[in-house]
Amino acid sequence: MKIKVLLSTLALAAMPAVAFAQEATPSFDEIGPYIMTTLLFCMAGFLVFFMAAGFAMLEGGLVRSKNVTMQMTKNIALYSVAAIMYWLIGFNLMYPGDFNGYVGSFFVPTVLDPVGVSAADAALDYASIGSDFFFQLVFVAATASIVSGALAERIKLWPFLAFVVILTGVMYPISGSWQWGGGWLSEAGFSDFAGSTVVHSVGGWAALAGAIILGPRLGKYSKEGRVTPMPGSNLALATLGTFILWLGWFGFNGGSQLAMGTVGDVSDVSRIFANTNMAAAAGAVTALVMTQLLYKKPDLTMVLNGALAGLVSITAEPLAPTLFGALWIGSVGGVIVVLAVPLLDKLKIDDVVGAIPVHLFAGIWGTIAVIFYNGDAALGTQLLGIAAYGVFTFVGALIVWIILKAVVGIRVSEEDELVGLDKAELGMEAYPEFANS
Amino acid sequence: MKLIIAAIKPFKLEEVREALTTLGVRGMMVTEIKGFGSQSGHTEIYRGAEYAVNFVPKVKLELVVADGMADQVVETIQSTAKTDKIGDGKIFVLDVNQAVRVRTGETNDDAL
Repeated sequence: MKIKVLLSTLALAAMPAVAFAQEATPSFDEIGPYIMTTLLFCMAGFLVFFMAAGFAMLEGGLVRSKNVTMQMTKNIALYSVAAIMYWLIGFNLMYPGDFNGYVGSFFVPTVLDPVGVSAADAALDYASIGSDFFFQLVFVAATASIVSGALAERIKLWPFLAFVVILTGVMYPISGSWQWGGGWLSEAGFSDFAGSTVVHSVGGWAALAGAIILGPRLGKYSKEGRVTPMPGSNLALATLGTFILWLGWFGFNGGSQLAMGTVGDVSDVSRIFANTNMAAAAGAVTALVMTQLLYKKPDLTMVLNGALAGLVSITAEPLAPTLFGALWIGSVGGVIVVLAVPLLDKLKIDDVVGAIPVHLFAGIWGTIAVIFYNGDAALGTQLLGIAAYGVFTFVGALIVWIILKAVVGIRVSEEDELVGLDKAELGMEAYPEFANS
Repeated sequence: MKLIIAAIKPFKLEEVREALTTLGVRGMMVTEIKGFGSQSGHTEIYRGAEYAVNFVPKVKLELVVADGMADQVVETIQSTAKTDKIGDGKIFVLDVNQAVRVRTGETNDDAL
């Protein structure tokens, strides 16, 4: 008690000094939004960063045990490569400020705010460069993770990482600048709030090009066209990975509000969380029910994909829909996945974790679905954006994969593939004490 | 001496072991195997692709008993491992020429 009284007396005595200090520094009204938005970017960035762990666990669970060490190696390597490339080229190529709307300047590495930047020198209408840079770079890492899952169990490590260098340093930033950098698609009125197209479809297109050039895993499709399932090594890990991605998505979509300085912004961020969660739940339940009806037994791996497809579907417009809107948009995502996974198998495109149905097909759907709740979006413009990203990324990725295949080869030898990439390429097994079966 | 080989459903192993031990059987060899008989395989679906499970998991018991005990052992395995559903397994009986206990060098019935 005594101490409290003493403290409040001191506080009263200090008040004139505080008032004096406030005259010299900006009021909270001036710097509050900057601080809150910077905080949003940092916290949302942590969440999206954690999606790297989600992708790693999902992929580690869905590949066979002989390829788990390699899949983990690719995941930590691709994240780290993306982080460096985005500093070196990507960030300023994607956010060039004034530019021709198509391609910004190359080789302008990111420079942070000076240490202890003063309010006068900070971007008070936005956020700190460090937080903005970090928030944007975790998105590009997500794009690269999508590719690693689809091409698992047969691609060589170094050619894969070479592709990641191009994707994260050049391709994703260029196409990203068209929309988020204020380029021609944003001028045209294309709408993609958090990246159903800009992030997810781009990863999906790159994965599709890679899967076509790389070919299916040995024994996946028989000559008569029969599909041989190659069940994943650990569905508990795959489920953990999905939940981590689900958590990370709150940062992915919520942070894309890009502002937290007003009542409206904070409220919008929470609205986005609720919608994002609803879409994931709807996608999962839809896949659960659909696999029960179609196959007589629920398929957990499809339910996991369904949740992720729901998330991708709501990513292009997580703010405007009602909760019911998020429900049916996410649910359609779940339908897409359950139908598209066997369809890809019919085309003999081997996508180990279902990355193409989840990120590409549901991403296209989510980008179209924007028009149902966002009055500013038009179907024609949405399709234009989808097509522009599709052509640029798919053709670009196809060229890069073909060059890599011709120059260094992208696929391990048949024998190495049968032995498993862990032993063949790394000489290190994920589960060395388990008997082989 | 007879060698009795039985392929049974894995979840029946413990029950069979208990019944045989009560009977006085003092040893057996157990292997996890896969195979098919009249049950043949069945189909499963993984991520929309139907595939055949041609070999069904079973447990193989191998035990050598004195001639006088063989019929009783076979009957016990049969009645204990039976579930009345297809896939309960098979029992085979073979003659054994010789048995040796490694530790003592005892032979035949003494070695069992």
